[in-house]
Amino acid sequence: MAILELENVHSYYGHIHALKGVSLIVEEGEIVTLIGANGAGKSTTLKTISGLLRPREGHIRLNGEDLSAYKAHDIVSKGVVQVPEGRRVFGRLTVTENLEMGAYTRSNASETAQAVERVFHLFPRLKERHNQLAGTLSGGEQQMLATGRALMAYPKVLLLDEPSMGLAPVLVDSIFDTIKQLHREGTTILLVEQNARMALQIADRGYVLQTGQVVLNDSAQNLRQNETVQKAYLGIS
Amino acid sequence: MNKKTSFNWLGAIQIGLIGGVVALLVSLIGMVEEFSQRDIISGVITMGQTLIVIAILMAGYFAASRAAGEAATMRAISGALAGLVASALLTGLVVIIPPLNLRSIFPNASPALINILTFNQETVVGILYLLITGAVVGTLGGLIDILPAQIRRSVVLALFWVGLLGLLQELIRVTLTNMPQVGAALKWMFGSRGLSIPGAVAVFIVVAGGNYLWAARGGQVQDRFRALPPTQRRASQWGGALVVIAVLLYLPRILGPYLSEVANIVGLFILAGLGLNIVVGFAGLLDLGYVAFYAIGAYVMGVLTTNAIGQNAGQIVFGPEFSFWQALPIAVGAAVLFGVLLGIPVLKMRGDYLAIVTLGFGEIIRILALSDFLKPYIGGSQGIVEVGQGEIGNFVFGTPQTLYYMIFAACLLAVFISWRLRDSRPGRAWKALREDEDVAQAMGINLVATKLLAFATGAAFSGLSGAIFASKVGSIYPHSFNLLFSINVLALIIIGGMGSLPGVFVGALILAGLPELLREFAEYRLLMYGALLIVMMLTRPEGFWPEATHRRELHEEFGAEGEPRAEIVKTPGGAR
Repeated sequence: MAILELENVHSYYGHIHALKGVSLIVEEGEIVTLIGANGAGKSTTLKTISGLLRPREGHIRLNGEDLSAYKAHDIVSKGVVQVPEGRRVFGRLTVTENLEMGAYTRSNASETAQAVERVFHLFPRLKERHNQLAGTLSGGEQQMLATGRALMAYPKVLLLDEPSMGLAPVLVDSIFDTIKQLHREGTTILLVEQNARMALQIADRGYVLQTGQVVLNDSAQNLRQNETVQKAYLGIS
Repeated sequence: MNKKTSFNWLGAIQIGLIGGVVALLVSLIGMVEEFSQRDIISGVITMGQTLIVIAILMAGYFAASRAAGEAATMRAISGALAGLVASALLTGLVVIIPPLNLRSIFPNASPALINILTFNQETVVGILYLLITGAVVGTLGGLIDILPAQIRRSVVLALFWVGLLGLLQELIRVTLTNMPQVGAALKWMFGSRGLSIPGAVAVFIVVAGGNYLWAARGGQVQDRFRALPPTQRRASQWGGALVVIAVLLYLPRILGPYLSEVANIVGLFILAGLGLNIVVGFAGLLDLGYVAFYAIGAYVMGVLTTNAIGQNAGQIVFGPEFSFWQALPIAVGAAVLFGVLLGIPVLKMRGDYLAIVTLGFGEIIRILALSDFLKPYIGGSQGIVEVGQGEIGNFVFGTPQTLYYMIFAACLLAVFISWRLRDSRPGRAWKALREDEDVAQAMGINLVATKLLAFATGAAFSGLSGAIFASKVGSIYPHSFNLLFSINVLALIIIGGMGSLPGVFVGALILAGLPELLREFAEYRLLMYGALLIVMMLTRPEGFWPEATHRRELHEEFGAEGEPRAEIVKTPGGAR
């Protein structure tokens, strides 16, 4: 059974029909990427999964359990945690305080301390700066912090929304390295990316979204070879 | 460099002009004359003169600090020049007033004002005195700038304390009569209308010396304290807290009825401030209609306990004549209920929109209280009289000195609850909510419950404050519950430091206590608020006694290490 499954999901912003029957599955331990142009519905899909938007039709299941009845905060404690687009760290709190906030759904103090250590192990940069205000970190460090903060909840599925946005190429590389490492450690990841080339390099499978619909769905390797994908998203003609 | 010759003087003149305009302003709006009733140092300087002196002193100081890098004499001369320019503006006033008769525009431009400005001398002599004084004061301001930083701090602090004790001397004397031995020993410090000269000198020396020594040696004391084992440190902290509580418990005996009454007013503001501090300071929800819950607490207490059913002007038809203690939990409960009810519709609102809507709620409650519709129940504009008083056995909480204990207990309870909540799960949720609502939700925080808990707790403290207020005053009228109350409470939190518990006490003492003690201030209350808030935002935006997070943000104790602060701004919604 797939860990996360979307079946014919329709979402609306008011009257705007943003997702027109999206179906996808994420298996345990996989990296699945959603690629597509601006406005294709990538972020909307993530928002719908994390409960910020309600699907009007269709089902979202986590390990077979329907999530549509749950509110956003309940979905987090179910184990689906999103790293919001544009990093959004708590600028006036320190790095450690930010991380502790990520463990809000778990109240056990020693568990939290352990989780902090794990994140520091994953991102040694954050350990160096544990007492610094998050707002004074560089863009790349903030992305690490936002990711680390989401990991604090030990998510079953990690939703990554545009982790490469606004970062210098060298930082993009290091962020993707971390995603690969998380993958090796067994974290299940649903990755939304504009940078399709990078995304398809690390993902196992991919879905191509166009105006709210899945138009292609294949292994990442096949998608990289696909002519349409190459033309439209990889800039190869 | 021609910098020395041209730039310098222009800068000093400019600052002098600003200082002069400030001095002119406080003179023309009548503050100087009004405040001249009170002496700071008996027979030497009045409070009104102090205002002008401060304006000129600051001009001298800033003129001198603008000339930083120049020789000390140049800086002193800059100060003198600024002082001279400032006082020259005032002499303009002295010259203009008599022939032009400005009183139709500025009612306060009176002969009495001229007498104050000219030291009761003939015009020409007076102008000369004024100019010389201005130059001297400006020079002193410049000298303050020249002093080494630590000495300067000590001197300014000492001057501040001389001013404060001089201002409050009447009250201090009243207090001293309640402690005859101490009073007799300190009698020499006070003149007929202010501090005596030896008293002022003594205060100056003690404060300046004490501050200087503490700066030099205090570090060692703190280090030694830090070196103590944790158990001892905790014990001494608890000991300190107990001493403070013991002093506070004994306080009403020393203070006497009038000052106890002032303490009670401050206490009620502290209580309300602690509540709003949770809503605004902890959870970051800007609530401008906070008075609503205070009013609800007061009215519920009034309606349930009044003894004047059907016979007072308001003709109240419903009155179960509960005792104070029966009514108190109901009053607080009603405030909580309304806190939640008013909270539900604004759950989705943020920032300015939330402020506007809550502002509306505050007004709705006040207008309802005034309405004919509810008049049979809550008395309309005639209000409710004969509100019940609390009693335990034969002990009646009726006089200021007895009520003090009730308010003290309520504040203690509110502080305890605030303190425990701040460090608990809801406290962390509020913090996340304040920083970034969307991310807070992504962290698994239940926004609805978190917001409603903040509104409810805030409303509870405010309702408690209102209920005690009703019982204290004995009668309540709609006009007691206007927008100004909300603004007062909000201003006291900002001045004390948002989200900081000790800050609420400091803010309440300054904003609620001082205007009560210094009646002259009452008329200029809003002006003082404005001026104080502007100065605060420029010099100490985190408040007098800030919470750690806020202080960090504004002073970057933790190294920014060259990272541009703009990074925070770039993060959408990351920092507000």
